[in-house]
Amino acid sequence: MVTCAQLLKELSNYIDEDVDPKLRAEIEEHLRGCHRCSVLVDSTRKTLCIVGDDRVFEVPAGYSDRLHQFLTNRLGI
Amino acid sequence: MAARNPVTALNEAAGRDEAVLIKCICDGQKELFLDLIRPYERGIYLAAFSILHNQADAEEVAQEALLKAFAHLSELRSGEKFKGWLFLIVMNEARMRRRKNHQHLFESLDDEANETEEGMFMPRQFSDWRDVPSEAFEKKEIRIAVQKALDSLPPKYRQIFILRDVQHLSVAEAAKALGLSTPAVKTQLHRARLQIREQLAPLFGKRWSERLPFLKGRNPW
Repeated sequence: MVTCAQLLKELSNYIDEDVDPKLRAEIEEHLRGCHRCSVLVDSTRKTLCIVGDDRVFEVPAGYSDRLHQFLTNRLGI
Repeated sequence: MAARNPVTALNEAAGRDEAVLIKCICDGQKELFLDLIRPYERGIYLAAFSILHNQADAEEVAQEALLKAFAHLSELRSGEKFKGWLFLIVMNEARMRRRKNHQHLFESLDDEANETEEGMFMPRQFSDWRDVPSEAFEKKEIRIAVQKALDSLPPKYRQIFILRDVQHLSVAEAAKALGLSTPAVKTQLHRARLQIREQLAPLFGKRWSERLPFLKGRNPW
């Protein structure tokens, strides 16, 4: 059975599905009984969901047009 | 037989399309280069900005990196992923620009100051989350909060976070682009994620009522 501290240590690997099946099962068992860790996992996943789309980040106005213009000129296309 | 992961299938299809595009470009259809790089334009800028923290420099680095990518496109080995290769060029170009600007002399001190011991970090508890609405991505308030959270990260965490969690490079691709070992990438990513969550979670603590349509199936959860 994993502790809250062990879960925190493995949080990132667990989210990335980069833990072995035995540890995964132990983590999931812990999550079923620990609201605090369950919220931690859930909120981390949702944070990553929000930032996981680069549309949420601003790029300078006209960046794409300037980039295409630059490449068109320099590559002669 | 187990069902195939839809994300893997999509990536494989995109990879096949890219391979065809790359062959056509190398055979002389230079204009297709714009189609090849279009999906990565924003990501290239963000990756350069994560190192340089200056819009004009990041934009110039994006341009120069793409010129280099075009010039060396025929050297891309068969089976090597274009995306990982492209971001390696971008990160190298941005690091060179940073050295030229001498920014790293100041950033290394900031890095030390922001470093925390893993064992000392305890995430704050927030109220339970519900689904994140799609409008979240469009709202200026969210954009500002996300950018602020990213800016608050030490530079090395910011770079790994952008490559891995925003651009979705694999751990191996991110490690190569940053010149780090796989364990170092995992450790830094873990810390970056916890810090970003710490910044953003209070903002999304209220109850959400709608589902997130366009990212479903894209992430592994």
